[in-house]
Amino acid sequence: MQKNYVTVIKPSKGWISLNVKELWQFRELLYFLSWRDIKVRYKQTALGVIWSILQPLLTMVIFSVLFGRFAKVPSDGVPYPIFVYIGLLPWQYFAAVLNQSTNSLVAGKHMITKIYFPRLIMPASTSISALLDLCIASIILGVMMLYYDVTVSSGILLVPVLLVLTIVNAAGFGMWFSALNVRYRDIQYAVPFLIQIWMFVTPVIYPSSLIGERYAWILSLNPMGGVIESFRPAVLGHMPIPWISLMISATIGGMVFIGGIFYFRRVERYFADVI
Amino acid sequence: MSKTIIEVENLSKKYTLGERAPYGSLREEIMQTLAFAFKRSVSRSSRLAPDDNVFWALKDVSFEVQEGEVLGIIGKNGAGKSTLLKILSRITEPSSGEIRMSGRVGSLLEVGTGFHPELTGRENIFLNGALLGMSKQEIKSKFDKIVAFAEIDKFLDTPVKRYSSGMYVRLAFAVAAHLEPEILLVDEVLAVGDAEFQKKCLGKMGDVAKDGRTVLFVSHNMAAIANLCDRCILLDSGQIHSAGIPNDVINNYLCASQQDGIQEAPGEYNLADRKNPYLQDKLIVRKIRLLNSQGIPRDTFQMGQEMTIIVDVEGMSDYRDAWIGIIFKSRDDQWLTGISTGMTCSHVDEPRQKREKAILNVPQLPFTPGSYWIGISITRGRSGRIDYVDRAAQFFVVEADVYGTGYHVSADYGVIYLNAKWEIKEVIT
Repeated sequence: MQKNYVTVIKPSKGWISLNVKELWQFRELLYFLSWRDIKVRYKQTALGVIWSILQPLLTMVIFSVLFGRFAKVPSDGVPYPIFVYIGLLPWQYFAAVLNQSTNSLVAGKHMITKIYFPRLIMPASTSISALLDLCIASIILGVMMLYYDVTVSSGILLVPVLLVLTIVNAAGFGMWFSALNVRYRDIQYAVPFLIQIWMFVTPVIYPSSLIGERYAWILSLNPMGGVIESFRPAVLGHMPIPWISLMISATIGGMVFIGGIFYFRRVERYFADVI
Repeated sequence: MSKTIIEVENLSKKYTLGERAPYGSLREEIMQTLAFAFKRSVSRSSRLAPDDNVFWALKDVSFEVQEGEVLGIIGKNGAGKSTLLKILSRITEPSSGEIRMSGRVGSLLEVGTGFHPELTGRENIFLNGALLGMSKQEIKSKFDKIVAFAEIDKFLDTPVKRYSSGMYVRLAFAVAAHLEPEILLVDEVLAVGDAEFQKKCLGKMGDVAKDGRTVLFVSHNMAAIANLCDRCILLDSGQIHSAGIPNDVINNYLCASQQDGIQEAPGEYNLADRKNPYLQDKLIVRKIRLLNSQGIPRDTFQMGQEMTIIVDVEGMSDYRDAWIGIIFKSRDDQWLTGISTGMTCSHVDEPRQKREKAILNVPQLPFTPGSYWIGISITRGRSGRIDYVDRAAQFFVVEADVYGTGYHVSADYGVIYLNAKWEIKEVIT
């Protein structure tokens, strides 16, 4: 490869910048690790990839019965199953990435102590591999929309942007939690619990209109709040997109992401020593 | 003509001990911060002098490597060899000092890093290759060579969890062996696989060296070091003890390395005053005694004589699953044999006492005349050492008339003598 490639190794001090050039050199590893996750995930299961449909589907059915039918949670005039399913898709992606990336470094401990590569790749690869489940589960949404005779709105063009925001959120928190988990194994016990609580403060099973306009903004302080709240009008067009809460969520999510990168880079130097 | 390709300058790496556990829980951290804030307890850091809880794995190490040179690194366990390679391969950062390397660096600290048991051989070649820093293109072009080297073509599409351990290691080494960086760092990876495969690996290493690549090679295999390396460095307690022509340095190592303990009497060694390379603040092995058939400590035994080894240990009650192993080594550090409590199923799963002594009885020493080392290894189960004494005790074997014929079996016959019987019978046709 490059002949005059010089590596200098010395103790790093203070905050380190993101070494984009190096990340680019290792892009194939990112691809391979994501590909490994996908390959391995449903190995030796009887149902295989059906699992990625079953999970959101069954959750949707249970929530529709519990919250839609019995508790009569309002859904902004949209059939409740569709309402909750659109919320569940990004949420379950977010939750899956958080769960997997938190453990990614500790689970890949043998790699971290034996070989060098930008450690960021490990949590990052989980946010890519989980996309596959999201895509597969989205097929069901199409089927449901046909069944309920709901049309797609032109706002669907916003969906890629919302998807990127979801990935940024998941990767951002994933970096924080995975790096913290190297030093404090408490994190791996706290995260599953946190995710449970987090879902209830995110408008997944209820619309933010339920809270009342006065306090709805509090929901958008949650980076996933504004994103999930915007997914529905983007797909269905049943109401205007809540731009303000989307902006607030995106800003906070972006800050978590950038902060996560710097925090991760700062602490990754001791990973191999303490993991 | 030759240019300096690696420059290591005053490299040091320290680990902080005791004060902070390798990884703590948040609660401990918070409690410590609180305790510090309120100055309630005498802070532990002020009680211990800084030198006490700092362990220098490497201290002021400087050397240079020329392009195309094969440099061997030897030293006892815990001398800093692996730490050095870990810093060179950027797995961990140095505490001070600087390294400059020109060229692509490939490191091989373990074979099969990142192998996933559920993936097939083919898939693992790509994954492992990518981890080692090869591009997809590169792996594709070398794929056939890798498969041929590993001799696994029939099992290419079988998950590696169904591989025999030999196949697994062959495949893992094959991928690594086809990495073609300008600088290759290798740590003791050749100690795996069967003898034939080891030979093949050493051959491959030799090819890499002949190719003009720069290699840093850590090994306990002195023969391999002597054969492959142009130059050799002996590390001792994190510092360079000596450097130069491999044979000279190896001799240095074999002569200079003394026992780890203090000899109190012939056959009696106090091991309580040393560093435990695995548990920083705790010494498990305290003492070793070698007793003859009369129960008297001795360092000289006759061939075929009875030997009883008594190891005093402390604190094993904290590790109920721990095994005590005794290793017999020849003068040039070759492992001859070893026996652990786990292998013989003694002492496992019994309630443990704070202080114990482990007694190993060898009814007949099977060694030819010469000097031998005894090492002690405490492991949790099969792996995970928690204490290790490389050279706990030395003993000498002297000639004896073991066959009752007056024939003297000397060291020329090898290290082991057989307690066996010949019988010659007539063949009746």
